[in-house]
Amino acid sequence: MSDTDKIGGQGGAGAAARVSPWLVTRGGGLLSALASVLITMVGLLFITFIIGRVMPIDPVLAVVGDRASQEVYDAAYKEMGLDKPLLVQFGIFLQDVVQGDFGRSNLTARPVSEDIARVFPATLELATLGVLIGVVLGVPFGVIAAVHQGRWPDHLVRLFGLFGYSMPIFWLGLIGLVIFYRQLDWVGGPGRLDIFYVDMIPSVTGMILIDSLIAGDMTIFRNAVHHIVLPASILGYYSLAYISRMTRSFMIEELGKEYITTARVKGLSEGAVIWRHALGNVLIPLITVIALSYANLLEGSVLTETIFAWPGLGQYITTALLSADMNAVLGGTVVVGLCFILLNKLSDVLYRVVDPRAR
Amino acid sequence: MRLTRRLAGLALAAAAAMPFALAPAPASAETPPNMLVIAATIDDIVSLDPQESFEFSGSDILNNMYGSLVSFDPADLSKGYVPDIAESWEISGDGKVYTFKIRDGLKFHSGNPVTAKDVEFSLRRAVAMKKTPSFILTQFGFTEDNMGETLVAVDDSTFQLTTDKKYATSFVLNCLTATIAYIVDSETVKANEQDGDWGNTWLKTNSAGSGAYKLVNWKPNEAYTLEANADYWRGAPAMQRVIVRHIPESATQRLLLERGDVDIARNLNPEDIAAVEGAEGIAVDSDLRGRIMYFSMNQKHPILSKPKVREALKYLADYEGMANSFLRGQYTVHQAFLPLTYMGELKDQPYSLNVEKAKALLAEAGHADGFEVEIIVRTAQERVEIAQTLQQNFAKAGITATISQATGKQTLAKYRSREFDIYVGAWGPDYPDPHTNADTFSHNPDNSDEAGLTGKLAWRNGWDIPEMTAMTEAALVEGDREVRAQMYVDIQKEWQRTAPFVPMFQKIEQIARRDSVSGFVTGSAITAAFYWSVTK
Repeated sequence: MSDTDKIGGQGGAGAAARVSPWLVTRGGGLLSALASVLITMVGLLFITFIIGRVMPIDPVLAVVGDRASQEVYDAAYKEMGLDKPLLVQFGIFLQDVVQGDFGRSNLTARPVSEDIARVFPATLELATLGVLIGVVLGVPFGVIAAVHQGRWPDHLVRLFGLFGYSMPIFWLGLIGLVIFYRQLDWVGGPGRLDIFYVDMIPSVTGMILIDSLIAGDMTIFRNAVHHIVLPASILGYYSLAYISRMTRSFMIEELGKEYITTARVKGLSEGAVIWRHALGNVLIPLITVIALSYANLLEGSVLTETIFAWPGLGQYITTALLSADMNAVLGGTVVVGLCFILLNKLSDVLYRVVDPRAR
Repeated sequence: MRLTRRLAGLALAAAAAMPFALAPAPASAETPPNMLVIAATIDDIVSLDPQESFEFSGSDILNNMYGSLVSFDPADLSKGYVPDIAESWEISGDGKVYTFKIRDGLKFHSGNPVTAKDVEFSLRRAVAMKKTPSFILTQFGFTEDNMGETLVAVDDSTFQLTTDKKYATSFVLNCLTATIAYIVDSETVKANEQDGDWGNTWLKTNSAGSGAYKLVNWKPNEAYTLEANADYWRGAPAMQRVIVRHIPESATQRLLLERGDVDIARNLNPEDIAAVEGAEGIAVDSDLRGRIMYFSMNQKHPILSKPKVREALKYLADYEGMANSFLRGQYTVHQAFLPLTYMGELKDQPYSLNVEKAKALLAEAGHADGFEVEIIVRTAQERVEIAQTLQQNFAKAGITATISQATGKQTLAKYRSREFDIYVGAWGPDYPDPHTNADTFSHNPDNSDEAGLTGKLAWRNGWDIPEMTAMTEAALVEGDREVRAQMYVDIQKEWQRTAPFVPMFQKIEQIARRDSVSGFVTGSAITAAFYWSVTK
């Protein structure tokens, strides 16, 4: 798919968002928004649930192990409610979810909600920092490339982006560790903190960068920064590659429009033309691009989490999937689904902030 | 537009922040002298309840937190079972009643004294909860109905168990060293009981033991932390704290070890082992573990069930070739079902790659032109490589093998339902007695499909062996240790000749450690890791 196709698609999404004016008529709009979120979530859960049940993995065997006797197996089969019809199982599951109970994970022996409260903040922290790096560097890079289209700054940015696209992330992660951790000793190693600092501050948000600030412990904060900077930079590099490429193509299209020529003829400075007029107008599709990269990072990057021994959502869901730990998979799916929906809504709000026509 | 200016401002701020982010970290010192840090893959732990846990990493942590009536001495595993919570024991004349005298003055981590009541509670708990490893105890005839009479605390310091018939003493005591028979603090566990679950929900993520270490916390897929129990009866451990971090990637484990951020790395792959071997400050140890890698032939298959064909295939595995190439350092050639170092071990290696001999055997069986078979194997690198090597050598004798790869759970399902031709896989012992493997490899009391003895590999392979089943049962009740060991040697010799199983390798664990660390015991083939003996 070419860039222009994507722009078309996102333009469509933007237009659709403008039609549902929940900021304007809050009451009814909020209700219908809630209803659409609910329907989406139930659909998402249903599909995940069915896929989980038809997978050729025996969830009972996954729990009791190969050595279990038939008696043990049968007891576990019943306990997991697998003797009931599929739809009844889904109904029971849904009922529990409504009450905030996602059941227990077979793998961690804990309530899934407790697991997610532990692993999601780790991913949230990493993804947020990653996308920040991606935006802060990616947008200006894209703008610069567009302005200098076809000349060396453009080539440089595109080459840099291409490198980011084509390198396997686990390779980049390992090379990063070898250079910055083992050789140069600039960053902390794998894990979220040096082991001496683990569990030394109370967990409030689960995000160590924030918890250490709340506790006022700058030593731990600095240590957490040393640990997160490398994996976040690597994730950031990936979203940078995507964001700068999209920014570039949006900008090139925008800079070719007539009003830009008009602005230049009017004698506006080149800086004002580029950074205020052109960039201002590509912000709307850009917000969608950024929201999408952010949502992708929030799903958790399994490879990055594996290399950096980062106990996040990606590893959690993957391990759960491979072991047919369906409660954990479904719980994780809800979180990822919610992230996408919330980011979508957030984009809607931001459209209105940056687009005067939508106010 | 204000926003763009803000964006530009942010970009500037980020640019200014970059040098800060990359500023040198405080030079990371070695781990503290009284702390042991281990990098390992521990995502297989699903429960810390000893009466439920049945995973490798779970055994490691539990072995350090709990005591049992009899256990192993970390200083010398070859001694076999030695007194632990039980100071001594007596066996009745008919060989069915075992009376244990509980050691005086032992305390749980909670401060509660360790009494015969706790032993009674723990063993009954194992029987009543019916979790997967419960068969290790219920094979002596204990049931929920009779445990009131068969597992009894006579008084605070005397515990008595009564088996349903006479068994080899070594068999009973070996089984009591298993994780399932670890003694839990009955008062603490009872206090955390919910809906008659014997405290299972609580104990899955907590500890109530009397061992060398107590649990500080376990974060699944992340780490567990243990703290020394200064009152441990064998003496306080040297390492005040033990932290085992879940590091899934071998290369990451290696980096941490090289930097000194961990003391021991347990899961380095052969490439990383080769890289750290001889590196300054790092030492590598090898230790035999219990896992046996084998392939087996379904006896419901019309061709594979012919004795000459079975024998032919045993000459078509390149044992030495594999052990010296892609399995180097990870596996050693071994051709019997009991792991080396087990009582009754058999070291004979009668088979080697011999295509001519295999061809002759196939011709005798009427398959000089070969035949077609399917090999099922789970998608795991070393197993797939073994399957491919077999495939190549089978081809030399005219046998066309196709390899079907699938996830472990899928392959296992086919294997358990007897729907396969050839299976390539591994088996690890469940408890430190020869019967653990004899029970699965050479015991099959009912070969019918309806019997559904899915736990026994002999049944899964449709191997009908009334005589060998009787021999295996006889070894189970032989009281004399030496005679019993010889019986297993004899069974394995016969088995090696006739079985549809072709054991090829036994697992070796290579542990890379900082050379300042000593005394780490993996538990070898028979038990789990000990942190108590570690010093730096």
